[in-house]
Amino acid sequence: MQQIINFIIKNSYRLLFLLLLGISFSLIVKSHSYHRSEYVNSANAVTGAYYEKVNEANEYLSLKQKNKDLASENALLKELLFNKKDTILTSKTLFRNDLNNYNVVVSKVVKNSFNSRENYITINSGKNSGIEVDMGVVNDKGIVGLIEKTSTNFSTIQSVLNTKSKINAKIKNSNHFGSLIWDGRNVGFAQLIDVPRLASLKHGDSIVTGGNSDIFPENIPIGKIDKIFIDKKTNYYTINIRLFNDMTSLGYVYVIENKRKKEKKQLELETTAPKK
Amino acid sequence: MNNNILNSIRFVVFLLLQILIFNNINLFGYLNPYPYVLFILLYPVNSNKSVLLLSSFAMGILLDMFCNSGGIHTMASLVLAYIRPSLFKFAFGLSYEYQTVKIADKISPERITLLLLAIFIHHFILFFFEYFRFDLLLTVLSRTLFSTLFTFIICLLTIYLIKPSNRR
Repeated sequence: MQQIINFIIKNSYRLLFLLLLGISFSLIVKSHSYHRSEYVNSANAVTGAYYEKVNEANEYLSLKQKNKDLASENALLKELLFNKKDTILTSKTLFRNDLNNYNVVVSKVVKNSFNSRENYITINSGKNSGIEVDMGVVNDKGIVGLIEKTSTNFSTIQSVLNTKSKINAKIKNSNHFGSLIWDGRNVGFAQLIDVPRLASLKHGDSIVTGGNSDIFPENIPIGKIDKIFIDKKTNYYTINIRLFNDMTSLGYVYVIENKRKKEKKQLELETTAPKK
Repeated sequence: MNNNILNSIRFVVFLLLQILIFNNINLFGYLNPYPYVLFILLYPVNSNKSVLLLSSFAMGILLDMFCNSGGIHTMASLVLAYIRPSLFKFAFGLSYEYQTVKIADKISPERITLLLLAIFIHHFILFFFEYFRFDLLLTVLSRTLFSTLFTFIICLLTIYLIKPSNRR
């Protein structure tokens, strides 16, 4: 016993280092698994409040651009309103054509990041505004990401620019599905993988969200086809997409709640569950 | 000034500078300097080592909260704090403990070696754990190299700026 105590006293510095190293290593490992670490994220009161204050100051610098964006979105909405019976415009109606299915909460980005491989965005509404994990986030130009964690007044979003994100998407005019990923290189481009070779693709075709997803409504714009490759291993297409959204400058975003998600999940579970 | 008070002030100032200014630079879209390593390097040589370990751990975990980065800053600054004595030994020779070294005194070749080496090790650990994959080692190295240069320049500027207060 004496020897153990002596050993601990003698090596206290090293043991302290090992203890702290162990803690930080476990934090890193946790952060690389599907859901983020429980404590170390910016969806807490202190960091959230800090970023809100900083954002309040920064907002004044981009008021002009924000006004312009809002005005153009207003114009788009007006156009929809005036042309209500025109069926050609259905693609532009985004998620508003089945409004009773989806709840939309407006929120503001207080912290944006785009310079690492796993990018997260913090917004200033949380559980109090009815935001839950795994809801979709869009803005007027296209998709932004998924809700990753929530606290009372803040939430973090897993950005589209995150190598862990995988979103169901399709080619707008041929309805062929694929998965939207990001290779971690360029903030203006994302990749659509696993598109079957049967699909006819053209440079400049639009990519929108697919109907397979429980998170996003169908037909939310994502981007345009920029380059088309054939994956030699799987023989599927891999497509480089130029994103409509400028992920480096985000202002207001809309969080989408799918009211029938639970019902759909339940049904799918019952269908695939093994029969006794 | 009392060392403890000076260190606490440094801790807060470097943390605030990092999250307010240096995390928003994004040179060429992705390069950020991390001059908060200076807090670890400027810590007095003869002071309590365990306090340095604990304070670098705290610094790292606070930064991780603000950057949403898991535990990579914690890991990097903790390891840097632990290997700091060996780095001093490497740069200044065995007798570094007797001649109280202050990095901020004068920029000499030894101090540049120390700064570059320390920043490189810190950034390598940082980016390695951010990517956490061996097949991207080249990307990690190139990013480490560019960020090291950037941080090094910012650190030199910071040292020149705070020099007068350390001369008393």
